[in-house]
This record gives sequence, structure tokens and C-alpha cells, in this order.
Amino acid sequence: MALLKLEDVHTYYGKIHALKGISITVNKGEIVTLIGSNGAGKSTTLRTISGLLAPRQGQVLLNDERIDRIPSHEIVKRGIAQSPEGRRIFPRLTVLENLEMGAYLHSTRSVTYQEDLERVFTLFPRLRERVSQKGGTLSGGEQQMLAIGRALMTRPQVLLLDEPSMGLAPVLVEQIFEIIETINAQGMTVLLVEQNALQALGIAHRGYVLQSGRIILEDEAKVLRDNETVQKSYLGLE
Amino acid sequence: MAAEANAQTSAQAVRRPIAETLRTVFGPLVQLLLFVIGSAIALSLLVILLSLVQLGARPDLLTRTLTILPQVLIDGLVRGFLFSTIALGYTMVYGVLEFINFAHGEIFMVGGVTGAAVGLFLASVGLLEGMNPLFFVLLVVLIGMIVSGTLAVTVERIAYRPLRGAPRLVPLISAIGVSLVLQDVVRLIMTNSPLGFNARYQSPDFGPPIRLFEMTLGDRPVPIIISPKALVFITAAVIMLIVLNYLVNATRLGKAIRATAQDMSTASLMGINVNRIITLTFLIGGALGGAAGALFGLNVGTVNPYMGFIPGLKAFTAAVLGGIGNITGAMVGGLVLGFLEAFVASYLSLFTNGALSGAAYADIAAFSILILILIFRPSGLLGESTTQKV
Repeated sequence: MALLKLEDVHTYYGKIHALKGISITVNKGEIVTLIGSNGAGKSTTLRTISGLLAPRQGQVLLNDERIDRIPSHEIVKRGIAQSPEGRRIFPRLTVLENLEMGAYLHSTRSVTYQEDLERVFTLFPRLRERVSQKGGTLSGGEQQMLAIGRALMTRPQVLLLDEPSMGLAPVLVEQIFEIIETINAQGMTVLLVEQNALQALGIAHRGYVLQSGRIILEDEAKVLRDNETVQKSYLGLE
Repeated sequence: MAAEANAQTSAQAVRRPIAETLRTVFGPLVQLLLFVIGSAIALSLLVILLSLVQLGARPDLLTRTLTILPQVLIDGLVRGFLFSTIALGYTMVYGVLEFINFAHGEIFMVGGVTGAAVGLFLASVGLLEGMNPLFFVLLVVLIGMIVSGTLAVTVERIAYRPLRGAPRLVPLISAIGVSLVLQDVVRLIMTNSPLGFNARYQSPDFGPPIRLFEMTLGDRPVPIIISPKALVFITAAVIMLIVLNYLVNATRLGKAIRATAQDMSTASLMGINVNRIITLTFLIGGALGGAAGALFGLNVGTVNPYMGFIPGLKAFTAAVLGGIGNITGAMVGGLVLGFLEAFVASYLSLFTNGALSGAAYADIAAFSILILILIFRPSGLLGESTTQKV
């Protein structure tokens, strides 16, 4: 069943036509990845879904309800969480306060909040150690963990991850991708934007290839991995 | 059994201990206290030193310096808290929107005029005479807060929100426009009402000045007095600062305000309604300014439509002095500036043997500070490293 659906979405930055008719379907329980080079429109797609940008044409549907005309803080309420590009941790809030911000829509006195927090700390034991440290003092990998943890605290139906591997050491990239798989195995639907196409296609069920605002390929992840164009342009294989 | 105990301890580990809450609330206040004591001592030592240097030529100078010193310190505190409470409005709005709300001085003025209007109304219905002074203070502060808070929110709605996303200079100019409009609208209202242009701020009798203690200098005793109104002002300001610190540092709402100040679009990804937080910021800043206006007018005894301009500029200086965008900085900057002004106003003519009138040069001192800070330490007294934007 389609949980999240984009139908012919066009998004502009002023006069720049960034998305030229994107259609994407994310089914419940899947990991779907969007791959493509710099400026292809991957992040723009996520920002459009989250309501940070409004599409000029087309629609975004969550559970068959249109969400492209409502403000971003309402979209979070409907169940879409994003770990944005560049992590965007609140640098002068502590790790715990960052996670509390994720749970802004929920009571922090409830038992469910404590359970959510436990779950994040089980996924990312490093965060528990750094709980009262300021977000800005964390390393890149820890900030990425915090950004994903913070997104999970909103209790989403779909988790949007924007370049979680960016700027991380290979061993950390490995770890982050394992965690994404774990989160997915626990039942979370994930839409993953990546430049690291090899890794992304390794854990995704399906994938879309974006090029200058258009989808040029879409298929099962393993089919895409064997596709010649993908191999040449994005996997660096000859 | 063991697993249960384990789960319990880990749940406790993530719950914030009370000690930490106390620290986040009172930490800034302790910092403020240190700055108050520090600048009071530093400036006192400076004037004592200056009088000792001139001791040969003018033997009575030291006695005269010491005689007025306690009074100058009290004056400094009153001025300091005035600047602090107004500076908070500048700094909070700057923290969230990175824009200087130059109409904030007028929000302060409206608080003062509202207080005077309440006094006038109570006097005209004959309730003022027998009213408990503290109840009166509570009343004018509350009404001043409501009127100024509402006005600040309205101004944001009308004059700033439509300009969000415009180049930074545009809302700034809009703010200056709002400032002029408010001054003249209030003047129009006041001159066409029983208040008049220079309105007397009527209040119940606060009683005689309070004698704090007596200091013996040489052969004559010098009483140290504080007017009850000044005492009320200082007490109210301290209470407001404590409440604000609690609100910003320890509540969910305060965290949302700080998160919005640090990263607006990411805050909206957390489900925070950014527009509501901005409204709230203007409401809190406006209410603080209104309360300061109501109390300041009471302290001075008269209000007029232009009374907000100079204090507004000085409070802006205070906010820059402490590090604009930084709440603790605004309080610290306000108090340091207040002390500095009080010292210049009282001692300049004394030390120059009357050649320079201190009262006239106090403004120059304040704005010279602004220029010096902008040149040598643009990040303010508290600096960037400790910056806690709203």
C-alpha cells in the first residue's frame, strides 16, 4: 500500500525550476532511495515533502491525503519526520534537549516518551553517554545519530533521511547504514536520499535515479545496481 | 527483577535532575550578580582612586566622593534594571529574527503612558487616594504588560511579518517607521485627552524615603536612603528576570524559543509552529518593556510620548554591550551600562570641578560605549562562545 506518494511535483526556487515533474511512491515498510549527483533535486524533493518548500504544481499524498498545502509543523504531526541535510542539530541545546525538541508534539512526562528515548539510546548508545553535552560539540557521526534520533522522537510513519553518510568516515557510514536497516526492520518506512549510491542501493528495496530535476530511472534496488548507466555514473564501476 | 531495576535506573538517567534545572535557571542570574558586584566595585575603586590622586589640590574631594557613593550605586541599579528589562526585548527579537526592532522603545513608552492613564482614571473615580501602593503597582504593571505586549504582537503582524524574507534593511526601516507612527499617535491621543502632553503619573502615597543605614564620615553622619518607588522598581525587575530565565531555560516553550532562534526551518521540522513562537517572542519582549515603562514612569513621576526614544537607544546599546541575541548578555549589559551612566552623571562634574556637567555627558558615555564595543568587541561582553541566543 502506498504510504507516501508524489504525483508530478514541480518545485521552484524563485525562477529556477528545480523539480520538473517528480512522481515517487513509497510503500509501507520499504526503504526507498533517491540517488543522483549534486543538484539533481534530491534534497529539494525531501524539502517539498516536509513542507519547507511548496510545490507549484502536482501533489504530495500521505495515506491518500493531500499534504502539499499545509505548513511543515502540521506535516510533522501527520507523521513525516526528516533528518535534514547537514544534520542541523540545535548547536546550543544539549543532546537531551535536542531529543526533547523531536518530541515537541508529545508530552515528555508520558511513559511512551521514556520508551521512545530508550529506543533511541538503544540504537545509539553514544548519545546516552553525551546526554548533557551541547549538540554543537558532538562529532559529525554523533550529530548524524542525534539527527536521526531526533527525527524518530517525533514518532513518524515515514522517516526522510537526507545524506546521512555525508562527511563521515567509512566505518561510521557502515554503522549508520546498519542502523537504518535496523530501524526499517522494526517497521519504519524510510525514504533515503544518498550520493553514496552503492551503500544506498545495498540496503534499499527500491530506488529512483534523479538527474536535473527529473527521474530517469526507477526499479528494484538490485536491478538498479546492475544497470549499466547507474554503474557508470553513480557507482564508479566501468 | 534485575532487568526491571536496570530499566528503572536507565529511565532515571535520562530524566533531568532538579539540580540541573536550578543551575540552568539561576546560573545566568549568578553571572548577572557577579557582573553587578564587579562593576560596582570597579567603578567605586576608580572614583576613589581619582579623588586620591587629586587629594593634594582638593582635600575635601575624598569625603565628597564617599558621601554620594552609596546613592550613586542605588541610582546605577535603577538605571541598570531599566536598561536590562528593555534590552531583553531587543535581544529576544534579534535572537529569533536577526533584526533590530527599533520600535521597542515606543513599546516601553506605551507602557508608561498606560500606567499614567490608569493612575488618572483611578484618581478621577476617587479610588487612588486610599489604594494600597503595592496593589497599585501590580495593577499598572499588569495593564502595562497587557497593552504593550498586545501592541508589540500587532506591530509584528502588520509591519514585520509581511516583510519576512525581504532584504534585512527593509524590516529595519519599517521598524523606524513604526517608531515614529507610535510616537505621534500617542501624542495625538494624549494631547486630546485629560492626560496632556506631559502627563503627571498619579499614584497613591508610597510613604517617605526608606533609610537603609547611616554612614559616619568624619564628624557628620550621612544617611543612605532609597525611595520606595525605586525599591519597587528594582524588586519588580529582579522578579521579572527570574521568571524570564525560568521560562526560557527550563520550560518546553523556552526550549522551543531557543530552538527556533538557533535554526528556524529545522525547528519547524520538529513540529514547532515558528510563527507562533515569533508572536510569543514579541509578546514576552513587549510585556517586559511595558512593565518597565509602567514602573519607570511611576519612578520618575511624569510620562510623555517621546520618553521611550533615548532609553530605547540605550537599551539597544546595553543589548549590544552584552552580546546581541544573548539573554544573559542583555541583563548584564543593561546593568553595566546603568552603573557607568550613574557614575558619569554624578562624578564627572565633581572631578572636573564643575567644568563638565555630568548629567549632560551621561548620554555621551553611553553611546561612546556602543561605538567602542562595535569596534573592539562586536560579539559583546559575554562573547560568542557562551552565546545563548534567546
